[in-house]
Amino acid sequence: MSATLTTALWDLGRGAGVAALVAFTISLVLGIVTRSGRDALGLGRFGLNEVHRTAALTGVGLVAVHLGTLLFDPYAQLRLVDLVFPFLGSYRPLWLGLGTLAVDLLGVITVVSLLRDKVGPRVFKAVHWATYALWPVALMHAIGTGTDAATLWLDGVALGCVAAVAAAVTWRLSPSFDTRGWTRTPRQVAR
Amino acid sequence: MTTRLHVDWTRCDGHGSCAELLPELLGSDEWGFPLSRTGEPEPRVPRQLDDLARRAVSACPLQALRLRESA
Ligand code: SF4
Repeated sequence: MSATLTTALWDLGRGAGVAALVAFTISLVLGIVTRSGRDALGLGRFGLNEVHRTAALTGVGLVAVHLGTLLFDPYAQLRLVDLVFPFLGSYRPLWLGLGTLAVDLLGVITVVSLLRDKVGPRVFKAVHWATYALWPVALMHAIGTGTDAATLWLDGVALGCVAAVAAAVTWRLSPSFDTRGWTRTPRQVAR
Repeated sequence: MTTRLHVDWTRCDGHGSCAELLPELLGSDEWGFPLSRTGEPEPRVPRQLDDLARRAVSACPLQALRLRESA
């Protein structure tokens, strides 16, 4: 293989990985907005949900590219087993292992989400909570592994993602999140 | 064969996606919960709205909307 082609795989693999992190960040934030029941961004409530889903599936596609290129990349030296079982790799096993863990989580979440009508809302919702574990694991993998670790542009992207998710989660946890701007009137019980 | 739109009220949380996608059959009450516009409690879905009704069903974030076929 020529030198340019091998670095092309390496570049594509890393680029797809970073793009996937951005896609999952968008999906997570829009998922929280969807859950709030508010019509934000003028997309309509169904529109928000569709963009949330599209962003997530885009991320899944980018992860597939990320795995496919790095599997064939001579630098990364990934083995098939590293795609499934975490922490066995020889190259930065902790950081790579986090990536593998993220892929495992992502696989389960994606399959269950696509089979939403089969599994019903309870299972769908329970498994969807795992995205709150997936995102930080994917983030740590992105920051910790690879040649881009501690480069300014990657730190910038990562910081932006953290800020967006932190803002959305803080809002999610705030008392006004569930009220959709209403005030509840306590029921008056006649005595 | 008639298709009717059924809302599972134990699941619905008044997000209102359905009313946005199917304004012909559903409105929203002031809390965002869907209201039938046809006067029937479970509005009949005319054939030309069939596709849109299916989209509304799949867009409901809580899987509260269903199509019910009856003879
Ligand atoms: S989209 Fe679903 S949850 Fe939202 S109002 Fe309609 S039926 Fe209820």
